Amino acid sequence: MSGGFFTQYGGQIANLTIEHLWLTGAAMLAATAIAVPVGIALTRSPRWARPVIGIANILQTIPSLALFGFLLPLPWLGERAARIAIVALTAYALLPILRNTYAGIRGIDPAVVEVARALGLTDLQRLYMVELPLAASFILAGLRTATVTCVGIATIAAAVGAGGLGELIFRGVASVDNRLVLAGAIPAALLALVADGMLGIFERLTAVKR
Amino acid sequence: MNDHEDPSKTHAGIEFRDVSFRLPQGQLLLDGISFAVADGTTTAILGRSGSGKTTLLRTVNRMVEATSGSVLVGGKEVHEANLIALRRGIGYVIQETGLFPHFSVERNVGVVLEAEGRPREERRRRSRELLEAVGLAPESFASRLPHQLSGGQRQRVGLARALAAEPRLLLMDEPFGALDPLTRAESQDMLRDVLRKLGKTVLLVTHDLDEALYLADRIVLLSGGKLIANLAPQEFLLSKEPEIAGYVRAFHRGERRAASEGGRA
Repeated sequence: MSGGFFTQYGGQIANLTIEHLWLTGAAMLAATAIAVPVGIALTRSPRWARPVIGIANILQTIPSLALFGFLLPLPWLGERAARIAIVALTAYALLPILRNTYAGIRGIDPAVVEVARALGLTDLQRLYMVELPLAASFILAGLRTATVTCVGIATIAAAVGAGGLGELIFRGVASVDNRLVLAGAIPAALLALVADGMLGIFERLTAVKR
Repeated sequence: MNDHEDPSKTHAGIEFRDVSFRLPQGQLLLDGISFAVADGTTTAILGRSGSGKTTLLRTVNRMVEATSGSVLVGGKEVHEANLIALRRGIGYVIQETGLFPHFSVERNVGVVLEAEGRPREERRRRSRELLEAVGLAPESFASRLPHQLSGGQRQRVGLARALAAEPRLLLMDEPFGALDPLTRAESQDMLRDVLRKLGKTVLLVTHDLDEALYLADRIVLLSGGKLIANLAPQEFLLSKEPEIAGYVRAFHRGERRAASEGGRA
């Protein structure tokens, strides 16, 4: 690659990377804010677990391009492409976080939960002192899967004009310029790897010998 | 209402009045159980698996709610008590220990005090006192994690934790069931020692007749959810009642065989 390519596109790559991070980051925050509490609620009434996790599962099977398309005509969402992208990415991120929160808490040694109740911990104390710390590494593993998936899917958001590194890829494909495709794909792959690595470290730090 | 009674004079024991428990599916697990555990004494509950021992124990701290009859602790019906306060006032020890794997031994022991919001210094002091009492030197055990302990040590930590909030009552479900005979004997000695010092009212579920005879003031035998006997250890051992005698005969069979065949081996 010539030095000229970077002088021409360097600034754009940086901006689009930041945009990409913002789309994924906002979606991960939203998905965590929804999926963790819902996952906890499901552990309290497990008969809802199958249907709710089933819905999250179905969301994830919708092809991403189609999901972006479905959201396009919606009133408030359709106005801004970034809104569509964040909602769609959130939908994809729900399942891994939800499933791991639920499984992480349900997988705690029943004797530990029983004693926590029998010793008179309140429901909230049991959650904060016992269940969340013991399920933390599972929840983070879900978050990690979701993040890596979303960094990838976010490249497709460029199809509806939401920006992000996908924009370079789409432009490169349209103009048959592999340099542009790579200028989008490589930073996106790096983002995924870095996110994976960092969350992996947190996951190991919170792991508890059960 | 007995609220005006002098609290120091109320009996801190446990009383079961015609307690029954039926599963939602209809199966009757406890069938009209009535007996009392006097303040400061230990009652062992014996019986086969499925006889209702654990269920009965759990009606006291309302981990199981009796479907009829009433359970009284210190003369007050448990179903009228505040659930959290009731449970904090009752020590609970189980075979699987249920130690919190992410807490140090010290924090495990002080967890009820932590839940009550007591200051760190008090929790620390109390934890160390109790570790001492159950025979674990605080210097070497306080900062360990549960997975770094042997089975016997874990049971001791479980007992220390149950005692931390100075409950008047202790519920123990097969506390030493998973231990080898020697560790078990040591643990029983430790428990006897602690109970003698602290004067707790104890309900102890066990499969082990020997353990019941060694630790308990009274022995209750359950069968099919019914109370068969409530006797002092010696009466229990000598009873001619077929169900009791059958239960007693089931123990020490190997010993009897070895004794009777000793000459021929």
